[in-house]
Amino acid sequence: MENFLKDNEDILFHLEHMDLDRIIRLREDDFKNSDNAPHAPADIADARDSYMKVLDMIGAISGENLAPLAADIDQEGVRLTKGEVQYAKGTQQVLDIFAKADLMGFCLPRKYGGLNFPSTILTIAAEMISRADASFLNFGLQQDIGETLNKFGSEELKSKYLPRLASGEYGSSMILTEPDAGSDLQAVRLKAHQDAHGNWYLNGVKRFITNGNGRIGLVLARSEENMQGARGLSFFLYERDENMVIRRLEDKLGIHGSPTCELQFNNARGYLVGERRRGLSKYTMWLMNSARLGIAAQAIGIAEAAYREANRYAEERIQFGSPVKSLPAVFEMLTEMKIAIEAGRTLLYETARIVDLKEGLEHIKELYPDRADQINSDLKSYARLANMLTPMIKGYATEMANRVAYDAIQIHGGTGFMRDFNVERHYRDARITSIYEGTTQLQVVAAIGGLTSGTINNALDEYESEDYSHAPQLYKRLLSARNKFEKALVHIKGIEDAELVSYHARRMVEMATDLVQGYLLLRDARHAERKLKVAETFIEKMATRITMNAEFILDGESSLLRNYQQIIG
Amino acid sequence: MGLNLIVLVKQVPDTQNISGNAMKEDGTVNRAALPAIFNPEDLHALEAAFTIRDSVPGSKVHVLTMGPPSAVQVLKDSLYRGADFVALISDRRFAAADTLATSYALKCAIEKIGSYDIVLCGTQAIDGDTAQVGPQTAEKLGINQITCISQIVELDPEKRSITARRSIEGGYEKVKTGLPVLLTVNGEGFPPRPPSAIRMMTYKNATTEMSSADYDETYLTSGAELKSENTIALWDINAINADPESCGLSGSPTKVRNIDMVVLKSEGIRMIENTEEAIGDMVHELVADHTLG
Repeated sequence: MENFLKDNEDILFHLEHMDLDRIIRLREDDFKNSDNAPHAPADIADARDSYMKVLDMIGAISGENLAPLAADIDQEGVRLTKGEVQYAKGTQQVLDIFAKADLMGFCLPRKYGGLNFPSTILTIAAEMISRADASFLNFGLQQDIGETLNKFGSEELKSKYLPRLASGEYGSSMILTEPDAGSDLQAVRLKAHQDAHGNWYLNGVKRFITNGNGRIGLVLARSEENMQGARGLSFFLYERDENMVIRRLEDKLGIHGSPTCELQFNNARGYLVGERRRGLSKYTMWLMNSARLGIAAQAIGIAEAAYREANRYAEERIQFGSPVKSLPAVFEMLTEMKIAIEAGRTLLYETARIVDLKEGLEHIKELYPDRADQINSDLKSYARLANMLTPMIKGYATEMANRVAYDAIQIHGGTGFMRDFNVERHYRDARITSIYEGTTQLQVVAAIGGLTSGTINNALDEYESEDYSHAPQLYKRLLSARNKFEKALVHIKGIEDAELVSYHARRMVEMATDLVQGYLLLRDARHAERKLKVAETFIEKMATRITMNAEFILDGESSLLRNYQQIIG
Repeated sequence: MGLNLIVLVKQVPDTQNISGNAMKEDGTVNRAALPAIFNPEDLHALEAAFTIRDSVPGSKVHVLTMGPPSAVQVLKDSLYRGADFVALISDRRFAAADTLATSYALKCAIEKIGSYDIVLCGTQAIDGDTAQVGPQTAEKLGINQITCISQIVELDPEKRSITARRSIEGGYEKVKTGLPVLLTVNGEGFPPRPPSAIRMMTYKNATTEMSSADYDETYLTSGAELKSENTIALWDINAINADPESCGLSGSPTKVRNIDMVVLKSEGIRMIENTEEAIGDMVHELVADHTLG
């Protein structure tokens, strides 16, 4: 019996040592069980036990049901027949299992049929599912759309739609991108207008919409005719009817099981979600951040799958009289892959935990407005941290998955280039992760503010307040690396040339990511000898990367900026 | 008017995933070394019961298992998948039961439930592989039986008739009979539904209240207000009004005299060419020595 939870020692390690107490208390409002649900946890141990058991179920579905179908799903793909999307047989089969297992409302409140689980647990589930089949996105995305509706929608919309999402009766999509509004969502043109009765109607075209066939969608639209930019945009719930046409499905490099639709809205009825003019600045940003966590988990799942294929092949493939795994060129690649995945996982869980703390505090603040004073300062610092860490992990994990999938093919040699093996699928599937829900370049833009505002310093101070007596030498190396990073940061903050700051932003964010991961891995090393080896090997290379990047920023001449026009025209 | 459905299930050692020490030196199964699982065909029988319940409103699915206290796990799993009522038939005096003694105890437990319309169980368990318990239980209850079914073709609760498709060598046949009936279900149809996360969280702490002196009547049926405690009925030999002489070792005429270890070796493998002629010769040879045909 394949089980993607039970066979993954690193996930089990984190589940054992992860500090979830405060998250659980906030999410469960100190176990008051005000919705009187029979499946509500009685205490922290009960909640953790339920998380384990549900993850075990998902691990089994991923390993037993989904993974064996992934190659067929990839080959069969999706079809548009008479205006309706048909999933691959395998996709439909596993979606049915998820619905019957009551897993579609993973994070939604129990009163709507959900499980009320935190994002941290969702990311673990999303990773296991993506390891089985990266295209099985509907599950992950569904959570984000449901959660956005839960957070910002009216009670009327929530009680109408959330139970249907939680039961799996309705699929959903986020409908943002347009032909001329990709990374630049401020340029969205799809029009929303009100009739004399105050009802909203949507007109225009949306493109690259994942699961655009979902029964409901959240649509970003221009509600203020004469207002350019983000301030003219609002958010609408749309339920499928004859006034929206799926014009085509994209023919893609990877994630073939996931339909990517072009949609045309012809005076389709929409329902305003939240307040007007906050569509992009508030609701889309919240939805995006939530989705980014999911994509990071998806990327780590793909990387895990690719690594396992490569490791197994390297053990079985005999060349020059022994398994290729014994060759330094190969075992270095495999070790780097494994460390990169574990560095990603520890940062993913840290980010999800911070997001859960922020969301939990917001939830309590809504329930008990009189506690706002006690909560606000904590809430603010977690919100800042979440806003920095989310793009950091999205950028890191998705680039890492691409590298790992690339090396996984390399280890297979010519065999890996062939369709008969899974690694070429992982390679194709990984490619989208660093593009959708914001390219890596946009993640840098989103994360750099956390560096210049000092959020990173506070975070590193916090990590340094912990005990590292189990590895004093490695801790010293981290301090020295931080010192170099901060010199570069001070330098960057002093630069007035916006182009130069933007030029170095990627390097700065990569350094900060490296540092945070260094501290987190060393923290993990407190619990296991093997993790100490992971931390040691990671920190050695990371410290060198930081030295290189800091030197390039501090002492470099930025000749590229001087020369690029002469070089590329 | 709904139907009363009773599903007989068994916890078995996972013989599909054998590890090195799966057999004891005397050749018997080392149960401690193998993970205990829900007998696979019983899951199909449970699903068949749910399918009937879905099509005949008001029906109830009762699940019974006979076994040691650890067998409570298959009952919990049944609750997670949607059972309305579960009971563990457990008593030291049931120990070492063969199929005759087992079917007698199950018959007594079924009669304790009272009225029933359809009894379902897997065709066979993967540990003993006898396929006898279902048919013997039907005989003891004095009701009809259709074995090895993979599909219910027609069920008419009003006329109290059922038609099922059963597997026979080389094909299928449809059999029609009246209720009450016992069906043994094979693994071809009724793909089992997964456990529900919500039901799992509701029932994961369910217990049988083993320490209670009057535990035999302790049971509850599922309901929205139910939390999780004491949802599993525990019936001992007295609770099901069974005659101790007909139970366990004393009720089991089967005696194991000897178990031979058969070790399959790779000797005797013969490679033949992948040509029509060579394969034809091989088939003729196998027919001649009666391996085929």
